[in-house]
Amino acid sequence: MQYETVIGLEVHLQLKTKSKVFCGCSTNFGSPPNTQTCPVCLGFPGSLPVLNREALKLAAKVAIALDCQIAKKIRFDRKNYFYPDLPKAYQISQFGQPLSGKGYIMIFVHGSEKRITIRRVHLEEDTGKLFHKEDASFIDFNRSGMPLLEVVSEPDISSPDEAYAYLRSLKSILEYVDVSDCNMEEGSLRCDANISVRKAGSEKLGVKAEVKNMNSFKAVKAALYYEQLRQIELLDSGSRIVQETRLYDSVRNVTESMRSKEEAHDYRYFPEPDLVPFDLDPELVRGIGREIPELPGPRKKRFISDYGLSDYDAAIMVSDKALADYFERAVSLYKNPKVVANWLMGDVAACLRERGGAIGGLNLSPEDLTAMLKMIEAGLISGKIAKALLPEMIETGRDPGSLVKERGLQQISDEGIIEKAIVEVISENQKIVNDFKKGKDNAVMALVGKVMAKTRGKANPRKANEALRKKLK
Amino acid sequence: MAITKDTIKYVAGLARIGMTGKELEHFTGQLDRILEYVHELKDLNVSGLEPTSHVMEMKNVYRADRVRPSLPVSEVLKNAPDKANNLFKVKKIIEKI
Repeated sequence: MQYETVIGLEVHLQLKTKSKVFCGCSTNFGSPPNTQTCPVCLGFPGSLPVLNREALKLAAKVAIALDCQIAKKIRFDRKNYFYPDLPKAYQISQFGQPLSGKGYIMIFVHGSEKRITIRRVHLEEDTGKLFHKEDASFIDFNRSGMPLLEVVSEPDISSPDEAYAYLRSLKSILEYVDVSDCNMEEGSLRCDANISVRKAGSEKLGVKAEVKNMNSFKAVKAALYYEQLRQIELLDSGSRIVQETRLYDSVRNVTESMRSKEEAHDYRYFPEPDLVPFDLDPELVRGIGREIPELPGPRKKRFISDYGLSDYDAAIMVSDKALADYFERAVSLYKNPKVVANWLMGDVAACLRERGGAIGGLNLSPEDLTAMLKMIEAGLISGKIAKALLPEMIETGRDPGSLVKERGLQQISDEGIIEKAIVEVISENQKIVNDFKKGKDNAVMALVGKVMAKTRGKANPRKANEALRKKLK
Repeated sequence: MAITKDTIKYVAGLARIGMTGKELEHFTGQLDRILEYVHELKDLNVSGLEPTSHVMEMKNVYRADRVRPSLPVSEVLKNAPDKANNLFKVKKIIEKI
């Protein structure tokens, strides 16, 4: 039997405000338990929430960046449930009149482009953090009341790979608008997935499972691959799928039924009487829109047209805003975009992988990188020397000029020294010399290699090549 | 009768209230009469009215994004029925994680 997979993703994002969404407690991550709490976020009777203007602004920024229709009037609602992560027994969320309606994200999978519709974006409060131990559960309310943005996709996603691409695209946009740390490990970005399978071509959706507890994008992909297969195997064996919440176990790479004591959800949403309604002035919204920088989609198109990058290279360059900014700064100093891109994707990326961290934290300014590229172009150092020089520049944070001088790494263009090396190489490698003389033109490259080795990589290979040919004529 | 015993059982379950069979009977009748009374509103013509979520003529009340002092942890945990390491301690909620 052929099956189709249907996936919808719910992403929760903590917004980068200084204080919580409805009270003045700090949003600092990693503080001692329950030190950032007050009567409002602890749900004490008689306390009243007041909306943080900055939280709404950051939320609107995301919605605009995702091309969502921003509502003119918004309202908050109570989502009622009993669970110790919220002391009020309800979460302030949005239901009837959320911040925005539909928008979309473009994703790229296996070389083709697909549009994933965003159903809505809304603002709510985060819950307290629970720790489950053998005999009891423990609660830290520092997280309770952190501004949380929920971005819900339509079930337009048809494979775990697409889900992964969606998350990558979304994260990239979120980083561009700079509203969140987007750190999955610290929980500032979280993702739950709804997944079902159905017979290929069928209109009717299958029974879905909600999968939680994934702490990286790769974990989301792995959990969805597992869950997809589990559901297909169940259907193939004639069994039925039960609608339930399943937790992903990254160690064993399986999803398991959560078997919570909670019954079927009935949240009984109703308008939050403690918060007034809000009108979003279109002029204000336009103002927020103007603060949004050029986003990865348009920027990629510009990198292709302005810098002549390939589609693939441009996609990599814009995927990370810091990298794209770095690239543009470097290109303004050294006008060969393709060379800059190659170094960034090659040796610089390799150094980053080795050391961990992002381009912004790298001890290598665009000025120093391009100074090195200019030295290669001017024939002052060879490309090979440059490759060895780069990790040292990153290690020491020093400029290439002074390092090259100190280490005596200047490329040798002095014909006398090259000549001497060539004479030695010719006398030591008669067989290769004979091959060349018999018409095997490529043999000259082997000789150039020997000259390079003799000069410890410092000879100018072009000059060595020319001089060798002249000598052997 | 619009309200059935099952409805009462369901609502009591949502509110985590345990009920005896006798109480169920009692509240089913009571709630049914209350709702019947409220349903008189259904006879009113409200076609020209916008649904009201807030009765006060007030909107757009914000606070600035400024951090204010939180409560001392000792105050926070003062009324906690049980605690450990500055955390609230509750009955285990999930059977398996």
